[in-house]
Amino acid sequence: MGKRTIVPFGPQHPALPEPIHLDLELEDEKVVRAIPSIGYVHRGLEKLAETRDYEQMTYVMERVCGICSFGHSYGYTGAVEGLMDIEIPDRAKYLRVIFHELSRVHSHLLWLGLLADAMGFDSLFMHCWRIREKVLDVFEEITGARVIMSFCKVGGVRKDVTPEMLNKVAGVCNEIEKEVRKTGMVFMKDTSVRNRLVGKGILSKQEVIDLSAVGPVARGSGFDNDVRTTEPTYKALGFEPILRDEGDCYARCMVRVDEIIQSMNLIRTAIKDIPTGDFCVPVKGSVPVGDFAYRVEQPRGEGFYYVQGNGTKNLSRARVRTPTNINIPALVKTLQGCDLQDVTMLVLTIDPCISCTER
Amino acid sequence: MNQEFKEIEYSEIPALAKRMLAGGYRMVQICGVTKEGENELVYSFDKDHEMVSYKVHVPFGTTIGSITPEYWAAFVYENEIHDLFGVEFTDSKLDYKGNFFRMSVKTPWKGAEKKDEGAA
Repeated sequence: MGKRTIVPFGPQHPALPEPIHLDLELEDEKVVRAIPSIGYVHRGLEKLAETRDYEQMTYVMERVCGICSFGHSYGYTGAVEGLMDIEIPDRAKYLRVIFHELSRVHSHLLWLGLLADAMGFDSLFMHCWRIREKVLDVFEEITGARVIMSFCKVGGVRKDVTPEMLNKVAGVCNEIEKEVRKTGMVFMKDTSVRNRLVGKGILSKQEVIDLSAVGPVARGSGFDNDVRTTEPTYKALGFEPILRDEGDCYARCMVRVDEIIQSMNLIRTAIKDIPTGDFCVPVKGSVPVGDFAYRVEQPRGEGFYYVQGNGTKNLSRARVRTPTNINIPALVKTLQGCDLQDVTMLVLTIDPCISCTER
Repeated sequence: MNQEFKEIEYSEIPALAKRMLAGGYRMVQICGVTKEGENELVYSFDKDHEMVSYKVHVPFGTTIGSITPEYWAAFVYENEIHDLFGVEFTDSKLDYKGNFFRMSVKTPWKGAEKKDEGAA
C-alpha cells in the first residue's frame, strides 16, 4: 500500500470556472476516495418565491443559470401551467421545443469547447465556440438577448416568430450541422482526444441507475431516462434517445456530439410542422392550492421542477432539482480508482454546472 | 404527466426506500417544504419514465431515517434538507454535519418562531 495523500481540487481550478471542491484521497497516483463540497455560492433563489409572484418567478428561474436559462424557464412555466391547469397553444409548444433544442446545441458546443480547452487543444476549443456563436446570434435576432431571453412565459411564449425567421433558423441549422459533422470527427477520431477519454471513468448501466445519474452521463452508459421520450411534442417529431454502451468519458462525449446533430433534425422538423395560431393564452388570477411536478430534459439531463400553490399569487414552494445536483454522486463514483491525471476529464464529462447546483 | 402524490408516515421512509430499490426505481429527488409546525418532504422515484412521489409530514424537531443506505446519492438531498430546513437524518452514509451549504443564515427555511413552536 502506497502513501496516502489528500490533494484538494478546487474550488478554484483552471478546468472549472465555477466553485466546486473535491478532497481527493490518493494512494500514489490513484484516487481511492473523493469527497465533494459544494455550497460556496448558494444564492437561495428558490426562497424568492415567498416574495415574488409566480410571473416574476419566471424571471428568477431563468437566472438560475445562463447556459440552461431557457430550460429552467421552460420547466418552471410547465410546472405552473400544470398547477393552474393551463393548456398552452400548440404553436407555443413547438416554439418552446425549437428554443430548447437550440439551447441544447449551444450548451453542448460550449461543453465540447471546454473539454478541448482542458486538454490543451485550443484550436478545437475555438472552433466549438465559434460554431456556438451562430446559435447565440439567432437568439439575439429573435429575442434581443443572447443568453437570458425571457422567451417563455406562463401561458406560452412571449412573442411569435415569423415564418421568414424560422426559415432562417433552419438555414443556420444546416450550417451548424455541416460544421459539427466536421468538428465532431476530431472528437471521434483524434488520437490525443481518444487517449484522454476512451476507457476512462467507466460507469455501468446498473451503477447509473443506482446513483440516479441523468442526461448524457446516463445515456452514455445505455440507460434511457430522457424525459423527451414521453413528451407529446417530441413524440410527434419522432424523437428517439441517443444511447451508447461503453459508459466511459468517450461515450458521454459522443452522446453530446450526436445530440447536436439530432437537435438540428428536431428543429428542422419542428419548423416544418409548426402549427399556425396563437402563441400564448391569457393567464390571470392566483395559483390554486395544490402542487405539481414537471420534468424537462435539460442539456445536462433531467431537470425537476416542483411548485406548490397556496391560493395567492405567491407560491409556497418553487423547487428546482438541476441535473448537476444529482450527477455529483456519479462523479464521485467514477473518481474512485482513477489516475490523478484523469480527474479533470472525469469532472468535465458530467458537464458540471455549479451555477445550477447553487441555485 | 403522472402526478401521483401518496402520503406516508415518516417512520415508513426507510422501508419505502427498500421497496423502491427492490422494485428497480431510480430516485429522482427529495424536496422540502416548510408548513405550519412541520416540514413536508416529497420523495420522488421513477421507473420506465413513470414518476411516483411520496409526501411525508415531519414535525419540527423530529429525526427521520436516511435513505442513503439504499440510495447513496440521496446524500445530496438529505444534507441540503438538513442545512436549509433543519431536518435531522439518522444512519446517513455521508453526513456533512451542517457544512453542505455555506450560508450566512442558518436553516433559512425554518424561522426561529417556528423552531420554538416545534420544540414546544
